[in-house]
Amino acid sequence: MISITGLHKQFGELEVLKGIDLQVNKGQVVVVIGPSGSGKTTLLRCLNILEVPTTGSITIENQTADFSKPVHKREIELFRRNSAMVFQNYNLFPHMTALQNVMEGPMIVKKMAKIEARKKAEKLLAKVGLGDKLDFYPHQLSGGQQQRVGIARALALEPKVMLFDEPTSALDPELVGEVLQVMKDLADEGITMVVVTHEMRFANDVADEVIFMDQGKVIERSKPIDMFTQPKEERTKQFLNLLQ
Amino acid sequence: MKFLRNGSAKMFWNNFSFDPDKMERYLDIAQSSLLPLLEGAVVYTLPLTLITFVLGLALAILTALARISTIKPFQWIARIYVSAIRGTPLLVQLFILFYGLGSVGIVIDPFPAAVIGFSLNVGAYASEVIRASILSIPKGQWEAAQMMGMSYSQTLRRVILPQATRVSIPPLSNTFIGLVKDTSLASAILVTEMFRRAQEIAAFNYEVLLLYTEVAILYWIICFLLSLVQGRLERRFDRYVSR
Repeated sequence: MISITGLHKQFGELEVLKGIDLQVNKGQVVVVIGPSGSGKTTLLRCLNILEVPTTGSITIENQTADFSKPVHKREIELFRRNSAMVFQNYNLFPHMTALQNVMEGPMIVKKMAKIEARKKAEKLLAKVGLGDKLDFYPHQLSGGQQQRVGIARALALEPKVMLFDEPTSALDPELVGEVLQVMKDLADEGITMVVVTHEMRFANDVADEVIFMDQGKVIERSKPIDMFTQPKEERTKQFLNLLQ
Repeated sequence: MKFLRNGSAKMFWNNFSFDPDKMERYLDIAQSSLLPLLEGAVVYTLPLTLITFVLGLALAILTALARISTIKPFQWIARIYVSAIRGTPLLVQLFILFYGLGSVGIVIDPFPAAVIGFSLNVGAYASEVIRASILSIPKGQWEAAQMMGMSYSQTLRRVILPQATRVSIPPLSNTFIGLVKDTSLASAILVTEMFRRAQEIAAFNYEVLLLYTEVAILYWIICFLLSLVQGRLERRFDRYVSR
């Protein structure tokens, strides 16, 4: 489903990704963990080409973006439609209501008729438990509610893969649960997900596979139970110990 | 009270001493000049302000976009334009457009010359306001739009400019109100707008202080009404911002 080969990303002198090779199967939930600066967020942003990789290639389903040669803007826009991202800071559009935020993608990017887009958005907001908040502006919603709108907005794009960039890191502790629950439901539906998070319990409960990254490389990859009970690499052990 | 003993101050004072006949004459002049002044405002000052603001704003948006574009020649053209307009007096620009170009055979009528001059001026000043407003929108907004697959122009139209508009209303209102008053400079290139009417009437009856005070009050009233509109606009656009 997703196939990443030889992915490098350099910011000036700083090499953030040092050759990532990774496969994700359809319907799989992959959780990426690692210390800050390990490149996990950059990897996720590369999947949506919010960062253009320095070299390497990414294939999602049967569409390939090869970064060893310059990639045209239009190609990037088209490749982006394979995935949709949920941001740490939600990044909702503050001048639009919850409903309008979710309608925007289908209407503007997919050219769906307004009535249909509205129906779709209402359904998705109901699905994330916000059926009664359609006409609220983001600032009128709690962080957890905003993030659930963010998830609905991403789902409205009907991506082949959902990308979550530390979706609960900006939330008050008591609001984390409602967002994780929505994500769990999505995982149960069989949506392919790549999640960068510090929520180890979520990783343990929901992930099919956990990937540990450090200093721009994938250090270890295994089933959550193996990762959390018997990590193979020394670096992984250190990191997991620090969390306890 | 030393200045009262001064000759000219005394003259000033004498002029203002109460005299029923004089009072009546003042009222007469104030009244009879009101209509021509308002006509100057309605026929020239306000249309000139509105037309140039719309044209100037369009020019300003283009200039701001050129400034933030990644295409170097666009950046340079925008920079040179803004620098030239901001670095030279408006009155001098108007003189170049009207008298200067006229002297080499490029004759532009007073009103169109004023429209061109003021539009170029508003375009330059407002472009900086708009550029700053666009840059004030968080990077995450661009990224969210990009993530959704929006093109650059879709992102601007749907996400960035609507938010930048809210930010730019107070400073653009400043520009607009400044423009209302600046149009009085068009009197120097023979546009018979409100201030020129006042000059003409004063030249006829010599009541200079009266007429210029009257015209000042009219400008003030117009600007006051505009600031009320600004308040309404701000409230309208603030509905999506937490207080």
